[in-house]
Amino acid sequence: MSERSLIQFENIQKTYILGLTKVHALRGIDLQIKRNEYVAIMGPSGSGKSTLMNIIGCLDVVTEGKYFLNDNDVSELKDDELAHIRNKEIGFVFQTFNLLPRANALHNVELPLIYNGTPASKRKELAIAALEKVGLADRMKHKPNELSGGERQRVAIARALVNNPSLILADEPTGNLDTKTGAEIMEIFDNLHEQGNTIILVTHEAFIAEHARRAVHLKDGKIEYEENNKAANRRSRKEEV
Amino acid sequence: MFFWIQMGEYIQFAWIALKANKIRSFLTTLGIIIGVATIILIFTLIQSINKYVEGEFANIGSTSVYVSKFPWVITNNYFELRNRPPVTISEYEALENYSTYARWISPNIQAMRTIEYRSKSLDDVLTVGCNDEFTETNNVATEYGRWFTPLEVSHGRYVCIIGETVENELFDKEDPLGKRIKVGGHPYKVIGVLEKKGNFFGFNMDNQVLLPYTAFQGYAIHRRGITVAMKVDDPNDLEDMKEETRGIMRRVRKLSPKEEDNFAINQQDMLTNLYKQITTTSYIVIFIVGGISLLVGGIGIMNIMLVSVTERIKEIGVRKAVGATKGQIMLHFLFESVVISALGGIIGMILGVLSSGIPLNLMKLDASVSVATVILGLGFSTFVGIVSGMYPAYKAANLNPIDALRHE
Repeated sequence: MSERSLIQFENIQKTYILGLTKVHALRGIDLQIKRNEYVAIMGPSGSGKSTLMNIIGCLDVVTEGKYFLNDNDVSELKDDELAHIRNKEIGFVFQTFNLLPRANALHNVELPLIYNGTPASKRKELAIAALEKVGLADRMKHKPNELSGGERQRVAIARALVNNPSLILADEPTGNLDTKTGAEIMEIFDNLHEQGNTIILVTHEAFIAEHARRAVHLKDGKIEYEENNKAANRRSRKEEV
Repeated sequence: MFFWIQMGEYIQFAWIALKANKIRSFLTTLGIIIGVATIILIFTLIQSINKYVEGEFANIGSTSVYVSKFPWVITNNYFELRNRPPVTISEYEALENYSTYARWISPNIQAMRTIEYRSKSLDDVLTVGCNDEFTETNNVATEYGRWFTPLEVSHGRYVCIIGETVENELFDKEDPLGKRIKVGGHPYKVIGVLEKKGNFFGFNMDNQVLLPYTAFQGYAIHRRGITVAMKVDDPNDLEDMKEETRGIMRRVRKLSPKEEDNFAINQQDMLTNLYKQITTTSYIVIFIVGGISLLVGGIGIMNIMLVSVTERIKEIGVRKAVGATKGQIMLHFLFESVVISALGGIIGMILGVLSSGIPLNLMKLDASVSVATVILGLGFSTFVGIVSGMYPAYKAANLNPIDALRHE
């Protein structure tokens, strides 16, 4: 490999067995994502984008092919090794936020740190820093049901950031939000990208995907086509100037 | 180290979960509370009684044997034993003459007598005829004054040693030494006062008078028989003394080899053995009763933990997504069930100890709460928590993260 990729997919296939029939969710995907890329994965439902996201996020393993994350072959890891990778390398942001309902914002953000044994004082410090990045430090004692949808998603983003992962994986992050709040959330992702984070968005909405610099379109378990988002690139170039 | 850092976290997780369902958690733990409280209550009672009984048995002395008509522990053949001849003074004399192992030997003739001093009198005082070695064989001593001399015994002098209750009842603040009291109508000079002995299984040991057996008027209470107390110097000689005593008694009574002994040689361990049998049985009973209630409590916990896992499938998915391993999820739920049941154990322990105070108070015994009680209560409940949490925790740990996250 001349240039090191963060994610390297080599002929990834995923087959589910449903009763007597085999469902080929992914039929051979080759994909490279470099550090600090901002990629949208798009496609209609049934195109395999959820499966692909699960595999990228190490929630699932491939049936065939090789997946290198940070040059490590993660395609044949065991459950607990995958759990460690998820903890260290990946920050998830879900459509439904998926916060712990009984824990306050701070505790929710601390959660990944608890599972890697970070001492309590250090944990609090890191969690507060992450909440500050999403502008929610003043609401850290609030429980999810005391927060608005946008605030909840920002807590979820802080949780994804807290471990300083290699990759932020967002699955329809604005799907449960109104347009205005969604735009605010997307602005946070844009900023995170500016700060050097690698972001993968899974979405079926074109105007969300427009935030990414590169879009990968899936159809029937294969990459249909890729495109560079000229508008976004132009926007960011303009900002640089 | 990793584990210990996290232990606090698990307990905190468990605490948050329990607080979220206060009533449910309380009802779940009720079974454990009742089970542990029962075990601790009975355990504390038995231990307290044990402590009391051990103290009482110490009075008997472990290096003495007591020869008498009846054994101390009669199981079911009382009517056969009743026909035995009583132990007599002449048999005591034979034992005294022939026994080589007995270092000290004394007869013990008992009757109830009225004691009088001037205008005061005291009914039903235990009056004991003995000799100068009784102080050794029966572990009694004088508080002040002196003991009988061998001469006083051999010459049948009218002297006596009184117990503290007798002293208090008859003499007020007067010095009893040298005074004459009447025992059953006969005058005796007080030469000593016994050390306070307290109660022996409820009988006031200080309400007694000791006389030289040779001066015990009307000891033709013969029909009831006497007891001969014999004590060795070296505890290793105890068995030999027993065998020798048996031989002497059989010879004196001219028993043919085919005949069984028609006397009893009693010793402390007959009582301790009997007592141990009784307590062993009660321990078995409490472990069965407590075990059943803990089993029921454990099933309750398992049931609620399964509900809890099902309710929180999504949460488990989130935890797995952010990097919780199978082991961590497993410990999470195990701790939850252990915390529920250990809390029940602690509450049950407190309730058990507190409620044991009522019967102990009625029996006028001190409560004996040992480390064993605490270990028992906590140990049992933790064990139940682990066992009943195992399966739900295993189920939670093995959920597929994708399905769990998708669960609504």
